[in-house]
Amino acid sequence: MTMHARRRFLVRSAAAVGAVAASGARAEQATPPGIPDWMKAPGADTGSQPYGTPSRFEAGIIRNIPKGLKQYTSASTRTPLQDLDGILTPNGLFYERHHGGIPDIDPAQHRLMIHGLVERPLVLTMEDVRRFPSESHIYFLECSGNPGFEAIKGKTASDLVGLISCAEWTGVRLATVLREAGLKPDAKWVVAEGADAAAMTRSIPIAKCLDDALLVYSQNGERLRPQQGYPLRVFLPGFEGNMSVKWLRRLSVAAEPGYTREETSKYTDLMPDGTARQFTFVMEAKSIITRPSGTQRITPGFNEITGLAWTGRGRIRGVQVTTDGGKSWREAALQEPVLNRALTRFRLPWTWDGQQTTIASRAIDETGYVQPSFEDLTAVRGLKSFYHNNAVVPWRIAADGEVANGYA
Amino acid sequence: MATRKVRALAVAFLVFGIRGAAHGADHFGIGRPATEAEIAAWNIDIDRDGRKLPPGSGSVAHGRAVFEAQCASCHGSGGEGGTGERLAGGLGTLASAKPVKTVGSFWPYAPTLFDYIRRAMPMNAPQSLSDDDVYAVSGYVLHLNGLAPEDAVFDARSLSAVQMPNRDGFVSDPRPDVKP
Repeated sequence: MTMHARRRFLVRSAAAVGAVAASGARAEQATPPGIPDWMKAPGADTGSQPYGTPSRFEAGIIRNIPKGLKQYTSASTRTPLQDLDGILTPNGLFYERHHGGIPDIDPAQHRLMIHGLVERPLVLTMEDVRRFPSESHIYFLECSGNPGFEAIKGKTASDLVGLISCAEWTGVRLATVLREAGLKPDAKWVVAEGADAAAMTRSIPIAKCLDDALLVYSQNGERLRPQQGYPLRVFLPGFEGNMSVKWLRRLSVAAEPGYTREETSKYTDLMPDGTARQFTFVMEAKSIITRPSGTQRITPGFNEITGLAWTGRGRIRGVQVTTDGGKSWREAALQEPVLNRALTRFRLPWTWDGQQTTIASRAIDETGYVQPSFEDLTAVRGLKSFYHNNAVVPWRIAADGEVANGYA
Repeated sequence: MATRKVRALAVAFLVFGIRGAAHGADHFGIGRPATEAEIAAWNIDIDRDGRKLPPGSGSVAHGRAVFEAQCASCHGSGGEGGTGERLAGGLGTLASAKPVKTVGSFWPYAPTLFDYIRRAMPMNAPQSLSDDDVYAVSGYVLHLNGLAPEDAVFDARSLSAVQMPNRDGFVSDPRPDVKP
């Protein structure tokens, strides 16, 4: 029997079995896996979940919460990048970084004060803030330590660079609110303070305040979650995440930065010569393959490679992917829309031959900047700067299809 | 028709007059003025030179007592660290293979100690220490780093006068610094 004839025989045999089954029950039941229970009775009532949650079968798709920390007041959780599609992060899976826990703020009692080098010091209620002209933009937010330079031992894409998320943010331009107060000529910095137990404080250069900075009250269409600064936060597109001060209660306009603890002893980047770079705001171009990625297993044949790219300097121009450990690089397709300072989804069709290899992606942004290799980056910065590691992330694929961290 | 237009203009002038015509569309008239008392009550920012430090003072000796009661359980009696960060030591290690960043080895400005301790410490009860206690604890942390004698008393003037070893250790951001 030829292959073709054999297949025809099998198909006919299956049809015969089906016919037999139909005599006792309905024909469809023979089609795997038959008529499921959820088709035999009405489902849950409309509106049975006043606020919807994912299917119970997706209960494993949760924030990546580190185990065994000394304390969880000043800590972070990561977005499960490898389990998500598209470019928008669901609000419940947005990464977290708090410095004094998550405050439970009554918006009716919350106030924003603007003072310092302004003509008219102001107090605004949340109702006041929402009266200003509003805007919505899709932007990524990334923690500056995503990851550090040492002991990059994580297993999953989330373990390695899960301190990045992307959402549509709605609020008012910070410039609009500052002009309402009236900036004095020597206003050069704005010190933002949060209403959390850390009274988190960062200084923002006035140029950024008057450019694309926002005061945000909504995320992906709904009010900010408490973890993201409810009821009000600063949002600085492309800048390191901690500067987008959450639970915003005070903007102090000044001639100088505050030189706060967070911009002297923290969030400064120690160089090999012992000096530390200060006010390192911009998150440089970066990318990661999210599928296939660490702990996943692939089979020989067709595998779509997909991942995320972003840059704090504007738009992603291209993403190159290697499937042979860096010997050659191919251009990945970018999913439209490719947005300013947002995540960009890339894809590359790939047929795996079953041989051990290493895959990786590198992003190029519209300024021409190319995401560096770990070797090139650390040749300049050493291993102790902790923040702003935007190096290429390699995934090692074993002969059995197991995908693992290429650094470990 | 012409009369109506003139009247509309007059109303517009009146509205902008109230709000301050100089600011034009920049000014929406939203919110209320913040009073000086409100600003004084909320503004806890201390600058690096210490010009904004409040009245009050605290001794290293009192700082030791406050530190033992409020800080040592996380930072260790000698500021060696624990649940909380290491606060003392590490001097001269920043350029080494094992840099140790502490208040003494890394922090550039002493008044920032006052700012941070007052706003954020102790972690379980921030903004609970008096200004005198904050001066005292700031002084004690400096003492743990060999930057203040046992009998020192700190106030706005003396805390501002402390020269931190790493004062000139910070540089501006030169990125992009890695070329393809």
